[in-house]
Amino acid sequence: MDKLLEVKNLGVKFKLDGGSIFEAVKGVSFDVPKNSTVALVGESGSGKSVSAMSIIRLLPREQAIISPESEVLFEGRNLLKEPEDAMRRIRGKEISVIFQEPMTSLNPVFTCGDQIAEVLRLHMGMSNAQAWKRAEELMNEVGIPNPQLRMKSYPHEMSGGQQQRVMIAMAIACEPKLLIADEPTTALDVTIQKQILDLIAKLQASHHMSVLFITHDLAVVGEIADHVVVMQNGDIKEKGPVKQIFENPQHPYTKALLSCRPSVESRPKRLPVIDDFMSAEGLKPIHKEERKRGYADGDQIILEVNNLAKHFQLKEGLFKKRDVPAVKGATFKLARGKTLGLVGESGSGKTTVGLTLMRLHDATGGQVLFDGVDLLKLSEKDFMKYKRRIQIVFQNPYASLNPRFTVGQILIEPMTIHNIGKDEQERVQMAMALLKRVGMPEVSFYKYPHEFSGGQRQRIAIARCLTMKPDVLICDESVSALDVSVQAQVLNLLQDLQDEYQMSYIFISHDLAVVKYISDQVMVMSEGAVVEVANSDDIYLNPKQEYTKKLLGSIPKGWQETAAA
Amino acid sequence: MSAVLDNKSAPVAAPLHQASPGLWTLAWRRLKKDKVGMVSMVVVIFFLLMMFGSWAGIIAKNWSKEVGVSYANPAFMAGAENLEGVRKDDKAEASKVPYVDLSDIDPLAPRYKEWEERTAKIKVTETPRADTLLFGGDKWGRDVLQKAIKGAETSIFVGLVAALLATFIGTVLGAMSGYMGGKVGDALEWFYNVFTSIPYILLILAFAAVFKRGLDTIIFILAFTGWTGIYRLVRAEYIKHASREYVKAAQAIGASHSRRMFVHILPNVSHVCLVQLSQHVVQFIKAEVILSFLGLGVPVDSVSWGTMLAEAQSELVIGKWWQLAAAGISMAILVTAFSMLTDSLRDALDPKIK
Repeated sequence: MDKLLEVKNLGVKFKLDGGSIFEAVKGVSFDVPKNSTVALVGESGSGKSVSAMSIIRLLPREQAIISPESEVLFEGRNLLKEPEDAMRRIRGKEISVIFQEPMTSLNPVFTCGDQIAEVLRLHMGMSNAQAWKRAEELMNEVGIPNPQLRMKSYPHEMSGGQQQRVMIAMAIACEPKLLIADEPTTALDVTIQKQILDLIAKLQASHHMSVLFITHDLAVVGEIADHVVVMQNGDIKEKGPVKQIFENPQHPYTKALLSCRPSVESRPKRLPVIDDFMSAEGLKPIHKEERKRGYADGDQIILEVNNLAKHFQLKEGLFKKRDVPAVKGATFKLARGKTLGLVGESGSGKTTVGLTLMRLHDATGGQVLFDGVDLLKLSEKDFMKYKRRIQIVFQNPYASLNPRFTVGQILIEPMTIHNIGKDEQERVQMAMALLKRVGMPEVSFYKYPHEFSGGQRQRIAIARCLTMKPDVLICDESVSALDVSVQAQVLNLLQDLQDEYQMSYIFISHDLAVVKYISDQVMVMSEGAVVEVANSDDIYLNPKQEYTKKLLGSIPKGWQETAAA
Repeated sequence: MSAVLDNKSAPVAAPLHQASPGLWTLAWRRLKKDKVGMVSMVVVIFFLLMMFGSWAGIIAKNWSKEVGVSYANPAFMAGAENLEGVRKDDKAEASKVPYVDLSDIDPLAPRYKEWEERTAKIKVTETPRADTLLFGGDKWGRDVLQKAIKGAETSIFVGLVAALLATFIGTVLGAMSGYMGGKVGDALEWFYNVFTSIPYILLILAFAAVFKRGLDTIIFILAFTGWTGIYRLVRAEYIKHASREYVKAAQAIGASHSRRMFVHILPNVSHVCLVQLSQHVVQFIKAEVILSFLGLGVPVDSVSWGTMLAEAQSELVIGKWWQLAAAGISMAILVTAFSMLTDSLRDALDPKIK
């Protein structure tokens, strides 16, 4: 097999603030054969993006040091030794890149047509008219409907999926030999993700190019890649054809990655975590036992929501206002000690439901009955009593903790507000105990949030809610920003806490596999309306509505024998 | 054997109780690495010490004593001619006038002798007036260096207090407007817009014309006209932070509005306030100088850099430049150091934007 790109002994170091050196990539070697897709897989900090960016020399020159023995051979030429202007000709023409965030990668003040045509004029030397015509063809090829009209659209007038299509059109405009796709679908909804993956696969075949696909999601890899390179902490742990990686993984880290992620097919009592595979004693027994899910008849209903509606007012012109319904009448019940999963694509109103029922937004209409009391009708003062009983864990653990508070202050504040614990000393003790409960060392009490990783911060956020001993915990995309292995740990923690304290969860997520794993009942939302509510096993086996079927059909299945054949 | 046992039973290292570095500690560490910032800080601290020293009467206590001849030369140019420095009571000059005896027609003549005897009894301690002073003298023979130190006290005091007051007003109004938004925000925005539509100097002059002269007036004027920039910045910060998740999380646990405004958000915008504060100190020191120069500043019986510059106007014509130099140089050093310290502070507190 002909090699298009050979990476040999690539090592990248970064100069840090304090003068210290961080080794991001520790001498990795891999090949990209012609006309195939290679996936670079790893969690955050594994060095996968750094490796890819150093191929086309897009790393910040002041901080990044590429070790002298590194070689990146692209059709026999060492890209690391090429002069800068030769590199400029290669970038965009021979090797092009798609980034994760289409919104920030497109220039907001130029039309999409302009931006595609610019690439053609620069690299292919086309005239304005030629470039415009070719850009239109490309728009058509990447599946943007009505290309003639859309050429004149600005990026903000398009959806995220369409923006990513424009990015892809720009990337393939000059018929590159290698396309580097850096997490191109991570910011997109699952139905859109499916379309974009199909598009990349189709273009790869029709243009006879190679794709270097960078992702953290092994399920996506299984759908698209021919070869897989698994990275961790700057090292390659395993590389091989996709069949081998999925069917017969050799390295424990690969095995761990494959099984940490909840799947739609099974629901073990506990999710395996990395440590189960990497521990010194060898492989620990994996819990194969399945957990039964679903509402039972005798369940005590703790929260009953009827026709909850929330409309936002948008200002139009000077005095006019427009009503935008974000939630159009949601009705559901939540049983004690059970989990209700809320799924839907972005803009479906699932987060708004969560925020409205705990009165972080003012509801437009409906009822929220908590122990028979309508929370929406209570005065601010009467609501205070109920506030501590419904709590929320937000999506972004980097934003939801006050950076100027120590962890101790963060945990003690809610207890002070709600008069929990008789004095400061007792509160400190309770906070320490809770830290231990969520698996954090007691020293954390004196530290600031910026000293912790995403998963640790999410544990702190959970501990903050636990200080109030809530009956209902709303998890708003609480594990979506976390790495797969950390996600498994946090999901296990949430499950343990539910078993221990009989809390009820409203679990909001766009990730259908995670929702299937943790939920007893699932509510599917689309454009503010509830599409379907049912026990999770029922909904995943027998979706009743067309939309639910479409949503479930887009879940990446990972590698399957049939797909490869 | 016992040693092994001891090892085992030795208490595990006590959990680390020292707080880990927060924002301010980290900022201090970054500032320490910044050489320009540290030098500026030393200069600023020196000026502040000088201010306190002068205020406590340790230095420059006798700034108003007329210790030298009029326009005494600076010590480093002692030989220069000083026409104004000649004493008016010079005996030699008086004796040149021819003596005319008027005692027979002068009705007071018989009493001259008695008066002379009486004056001889009164002790007069004539302080000898120096021909040169360290950095020269002014019209009344006061030491310019001491005057500059005393002037620094007034100027820095006015700048500091006015900047503190302006930052306080700007922060409180900005926090209210940015956090609450809606009607409160609109009302404050209108007030701000109307206020800033009046030309700044005109506003200061209007205030100065209405109130009587004095230190408190000048502080009041500067603070009440200078809060607008701080208000705008703090408001923007509050709008940004009010929608952050950590504030929502605080709302979810039941923190009140004022708690969210001042306990949660304020520490996160305090670096903006601090940088604004030091920028305004510089601005207000300059404003005080301008006001005093225009004759609207500090009262006549006290001295500031501004009044010194105002006096220097007429002195320059006769070639006496040292009062201008003393006030100008000390102000330039302080203002430059303070500005550079502000820059370093901003970099240290907000390392992401450089």
